[in-house]
Amino acid sequence: MNPNLNPNLNLWVIPILPLAGAAINGFLGKKASRAGVTAVALFFSGAAFAWALVVAARFSSLSLPYHEFFAHWIRSGGFSADFAFYLDQLSLVMLLVVTGIGFLIHVYSVGYMWDDPSYYRFFSYLNLFMFFMLTLVLAGNYLQMFIGWEGVGLASYLLIGFWFTKDSAASAGKKAFIVNRIGDFGFLIALFLLIKHFGSLNFDQVFGAVVPLPVETADAGLLTAIGILLMVGACGKSAQIPLYVWLPDAMEGPTPVSALIHAATMVTAGVYMVSRSHVIFERAPLALTVVAIIGTLTAFFAATIGIAQTDIKKVLAYSTISQLGYMFMACGVGAFSAGIFHLMTHAFFKGLLFLGAGSVIHAVGGEQDMRKMGGLKSFIPVTFGTMLIATLAIAGVPPLAGFWSKDEILWKAYQVSPVYWGIGVVTAFITSFYMFRLLYMTFFGDYCGAQVDAHGHSSHGHDAHGHGEPHESPMVMLVPLMILALLSLVGGFVGWGNHFEHFLAPVFGAGETAGEAATSITEWLLMGVSIIAAASGWILAYLLYCKRPELPQKIADSLGSFYVTVVHKYYIDELYAVLFVKPLIDGSMRILWQDVDRKTIDAAVNDAGDGARHVSDEVRHMQSGNIRSYAGWISAGAGVVIAFMIWMWMEAR
Amino acid sequence: MRTDDLNSIILTLVTFAPLAGGLLLMLLPRRDRDIRIFALVISLLTFVLSLHLPVYFHRSHPGFQYEIDRQWVSTPNIHYHMGVDGISLWLVVLTTFLTPLCVLISWNSIHERVKEFFILLLILETALIGVFTSLDLFLFYFFWEATLIPMALLIGIFGHERKVYAAVKFFMYTMIGSVFMLAAILWLYAHTGSFDFVVIRDQIASGAVPSFPAAAQWLFLGFFLAFAVKVPLFPFHTWLPDAHVEAPTAGSVLLAGVLLKMGTYGLLRFNLGLFPEQARRNASWIMTLALIGIIYGALVAMVQPNMKKLIAYSSVSHLGFVVLGIFSFTQAGLNGAIFVMLAHGISTGGLFMLAGILHERRHTYEISEFGGLASPMPVYAASYLVIVLASAGLPLLNGFIGEFLVLSGAFQDKAVYGILGATGIIWSAVYLLWMYQRVFYGKVTHAVNNSLRDLSGFEKWAVWPCAAAALVMGVAPIMWLGAIDPAVRAALAPFAQVVGKVVGQ
Repeated sequence: MNPNLNPNLNLWVIPILPLAGAAINGFLGKKASRAGVTAVALFFSGAAFAWALVVAARFSSLSLPYHEFFAHWIRSGGFSADFAFYLDQLSLVMLLVVTGIGFLIHVYSVGYMWDDPSYYRFFSYLNLFMFFMLTLVLAGNYLQMFIGWEGVGLASYLLIGFWFTKDSAASAGKKAFIVNRIGDFGFLIALFLLIKHFGSLNFDQVFGAVVPLPVETADAGLLTAIGILLMVGACGKSAQIPLYVWLPDAMEGPTPVSALIHAATMVTAGVYMVSRSHVIFERAPLALTVVAIIGTLTAFFAATIGIAQTDIKKVLAYSTISQLGYMFMACGVGAFSAGIFHLMTHAFFKGLLFLGAGSVIHAVGGEQDMRKMGGLKSFIPVTFGTMLIATLAIAGVPPLAGFWSKDEILWKAYQVSPVYWGIGVVTAFITSFYMFRLLYMTFFGDYCGAQVDAHGHSSHGHDAHGHGEPHESPMVMLVPLMILALLSLVGGFVGWGNHFEHFLAPVFGAGETAGEAATSITEWLLMGVSIIAAASGWILAYLLYCKRPELPQKIADSLGSFYVTVVHKYYIDELYAVLFVKPLIDGSMRILWQDVDRKTIDAAVNDAGDGARHVSDEVRHMQSGNIRSYAGWISAGAGVVIAFMIWMWMEAR
Repeated sequence: MRTDDLNSIILTLVTFAPLAGGLLLMLLPRRDRDIRIFALVISLLTFVLSLHLPVYFHRSHPGFQYEIDRQWVSTPNIHYHMGVDGISLWLVVLTTFLTPLCVLISWNSIHERVKEFFILLLILETALIGVFTSLDLFLFYFFWEATLIPMALLIGIFGHERKVYAAVKFFMYTMIGSVFMLAAILWLYAHTGSFDFVVIRDQIASGAVPSFPAAAQWLFLGFFLAFAVKVPLFPFHTWLPDAHVEAPTAGSVLLAGVLLKMGTYGLLRFNLGLFPEQARRNASWIMTLALIGIIYGALVAMVQPNMKKLIAYSSVSHLGFVVLGIFSFTQAGLNGAIFVMLAHGISTGGLFMLAGILHERRHTYEISEFGGLASPMPVYAASYLVIVLASAGLPLLNGFIGEFLVLSGAFQDKAVYGILGATGIIWSAVYLLWMYQRVFYGKVTHAVNNSLRDLSGFEKWAVWPCAAAALVMGVAPIMWLGAIDPAVRAALAPFAQVVGKVVGQ
C-alpha cells in the first residue's frame, strides 16, 4: 500500500476540468456565441471523460486503493481534512459512469437546449454539476465527499429552477435543496460521531479503526448510530422514504438534467455513500436492516404511484425512486456489488428513458401529458426504438441490462429474507406494467395531440419555435440515445459469471460470493419467477393500453377513492404541509415573532426603558462610588456627543 | 530591522490612521467628491497597513505580537498596551477590509452631510480596531464605549424613518450592558492595582487576587452581560433588528460585520481568559441561550417580511453558533467560533450591502415589493446568490468551515448541543432560499422593478470582494486557521486542568 509505488494519475484534473468549463461559460458565456459555449462545455466534460478513460487504462497496474494528496483544506487541533483523492474499483465504476454518461448528456443537451436564451447558463451549471459529482466520487475523506454532496445539491437547485420565471420550477428547486438539507443534517451528525470516536474523516483511518470492532449483534451501538445517520443522508440525496418528495417535483428542470442528475448520477450518490461505508454497515446489522426495509418499501411504494401518473416525466421520476429502492435493498442485504451493478445499468437505461422522453417532448412541442400523445412510433422511430430497448431493460426482460442487475439483487435479497424478494418481485411486475403503459400510451394507438404547437411552450420554457407535426430530434440528440441503447442492451453482460462482483470484490470482500453454487437450482427458479413477473406486467399493459384502451378508465372508476389517492401520490406532500410546513411557519410568525419577540421581550425592554428614565432622575442624586464613575463616563460621553452636535450644527449653517 | 521598528508601532498606525484621516477630513472643504475619494484612500491605506499584521505574524507563536506597552497615566495605573494574537488578528483585518467597502457602497447613497458621514465612519473604524488591539482594560473600555457614539450618530442622522428611536434604543441598550462591565473592571483594578489584561489574568490564575473567589461569579456576569447584549445573545437581541432596519447601509455592514464581534471577542478574551472556572460553571445555560438563539433567530428570520430584519435575525442565529463554539471549550469549537465571526462579517456585510443596493433603487426593504428580479438584474442576482450560499454554509464557501467546526466541537462537548445546533443548517437554507426565491424568481410582479438598474461599477467593487473573500476563505481556510489554532490552544490551556478532554481533535 505504499503510495510511492503508484504513478501519479493527477486525478485532481478530472474534477477541475469541468469546473474550468463552468467558470468560463459562467463568466464569458453570455457574450459568446452558441458555438463557443458548446465548444467549451463539450471540451471540458469530454476531457474529463477522456482522462477517466486514461485512468481506467492504467488501472490494472495500480496498487489499490490509490491515494493522491492535493492540498490542505482544514486543520484544527488534531483534526484535519484535506483535498485528497481516492481511487479503487468502486470509485472507478462511478468515475466512468459519471464522466461517460455526463458527456453523452452534454452532447444531447446541445440539441435539446439550443433555442434556450440562457444556453450558456445551462452549460455552466451542468459543468458545475460534473465538478461536484466528481469531487464526491473521488473524495478520500467524508468531508470532501460532503463538499461534493452539497455541491451537487446546489447544481441540482440551480438546474431544477433553471426556468426560474416559472414559480413551480423555482419552488421545486428550493424544495429539493431543503429536503436534501434535512438529509445532510443526518450525514453531518454521523460525521461528528466519526470525528469524536475515530478522530478522523479519512476513509483509510476510519475504516482501519472500524475493521477490528466487533459486529454489533447483541445491541445497537456506535456503528449502528453512524450507519443509520448516514442512511438519513442517503435518504435525502437518493430520494428514499420519507425524503423522496423532492424528486418528482424536480422534473421541473430541463429534461437532460432529469436524465443526468435525477436519474443516472446524483441520486445514486446515496447508494455510493452507503456502499463506500460498507465496513461500517457490515458491523451494524440493525443499520443494514433499516437500509433494506427503507429500500424495499420505497421500491414498492414509488412503483405503485408510477402506475397512475400521466405526465411522462413523473412516471420516470417515480420509477427512479423505485429503482433506487432496489439499490438500497441490495445494500441492506449486504450485496453492495449488486447495488452498484444496478446503479450502473440503471444509469444506462434510465438515462436513456429520460433522454428519450426529452426527445418525445421535443417532438410534440413541450407536451408532457401522455394522454395527449399516442401513435408517435411512426413519427419518431429512432426515439421509439431506443426507448423500447430501455423499457425492456428496466422491465427486466433478459438478456438486457436491467434483467441481470435486478435479478442479482433479488437473488441476494432472497438469501436474507424471502419477504424482501417477494416485495421485489411484485415491484418488478409493477415496474414492467407502468413502463409498458408508458410505451403504449406514448407510441401506440392514435396521435391525440392534434394541435402540436398549441401547447408548444406552455409547460416548458423552451421550444418557442412553431411545430408542424411531431418530428424526430436532430442527430446530436439521437446519437447519445443510440449509444445508451447499446449499453442498455449489452451492459448487463459485465455481470456474466459474476465478473462485476469479482471486479468489486477487493472493495466489498469476497465473502458475499461464497456458498453460491449449492443453491443454483433455487437461483434458476427465482430467475424464472422474475421473468414471469416482467412478462405478465408487459402483457397486462398490452391488454389495458393497447388492446382495450377504454378499460383503464373503467377500472379506475371502480376503484374509486383508492385510485384518487394513488393519483394524488397518497397525499404525502399535503400531509407534510399540514404536519410540518404550516405549523412551522405559523408558529414562527405568531408565537415566536409576534408573541415572544415583540409582545414579550421587546415590550419588556421598552417598558424598562421608560421606567429607567424615571428612576435615573432619582439615581442621579446618589453619590456612591461606582455610580459616580459611571455617571462621569456618561457625561463625558454625552459631552463629546454634544460637542460634535454643536460643531455639526455650526458646519451645517 | 526596518520591520522590527515597524512591528512596534504598526498597531498604533493601523488603529489611528482612520482617526487621523477623519481629523484631516474635517479640514477639507465640502466638496463631496473629494471627500469620498479621500475617505476611500484613507480606508484603503489602513487596509494595506493592516496587511502587515498577518504577513509578518509568527503563526506558531500563540502569544501577543506587535506588542507596545507604555505607561499612559501613572495614577490610576493606565497603560497604553496593545497587541494582537491569533484571536484578534483577523478581526482587525476584517474591520479594515470592510471599511473601504463601506465607503464604496455609500458613494452614491449618501448625498447630504457627506463630510460628517465619512468622518464618523473613520472614527468608528479607529474605535473598532482599538477594541480588538487593546490589552489594557481601561483602554479597551475607552474604545468599547467610543464605538457607540459614531455608530449611534450614523443611525440617528443618516438612518431611515424611525432612526432616532433606533439610535436611542441602540445606545441605551448597549450602554446599560456596559455599566456592569465597567463595574467589574473597576473591581479588578481595585484588587490588582492594574488594568493590564495580562497582569490581571496571571494574578487571577495564580490566586493572588484577594477576595476573588467570592466576587468571581459577579465579575464574570458583569463582563458577560455587556458582551451578551452586544453579540446579541437571546434574549438581549431586540435592539438589533431595529438598529439594522434604520441604519444606513454602511452602518449595518459595520454593525453586523464588526460591532457584534466585539461581544463574542469579549466573551472569548475576557470571560474565558480571566474567569475560566466561572466560564465552565456557567457554560450550560449560556450554551442553552446560544442554541435558542440559533433556532429562534432562524425561525423568526424565516417569517420576516422585511429583508433587512430577516438578515438581522439571521445574525442572531449565526452569532449563536459563535457563542456555542466558545463555550464548548474545545479546539474545534473555538477555532470554528472565530472563523464564524470572520465569515459572518463577510457574508452578512455583503448581504447588507446587497439589501442597501435594492433600497437605493426602490426605497423599501419589503420582500413583497420585489419578485422576479433575476430577469432585470442578473449580475446582482448572481452576486446575491453567492453571498446567500456562503451564509447558508455551503461547503467551499466560508460559512461552512466555521459552522462545521463549531458544531463538531459542541458535539464533542455534549452530543445534544451539536445535534440541536446542526438543525441550524436546515433553517438557514429555509429562510435564505425562501427569501431568495421571493425576491428573484418568478415573473416580475411590480412593473417598476422591470427597469431596475443592475449593479453599478462602485457597487461591484463593494460586493465582489465579499464574494471573493467568501470563496477564498472556504477553499483555503487554512490560511486563517494557521494563526487561529495556536492562539486557541493557548486560550484553552487553563481549561486543561478544569475539563478533562479539551484538545478534542
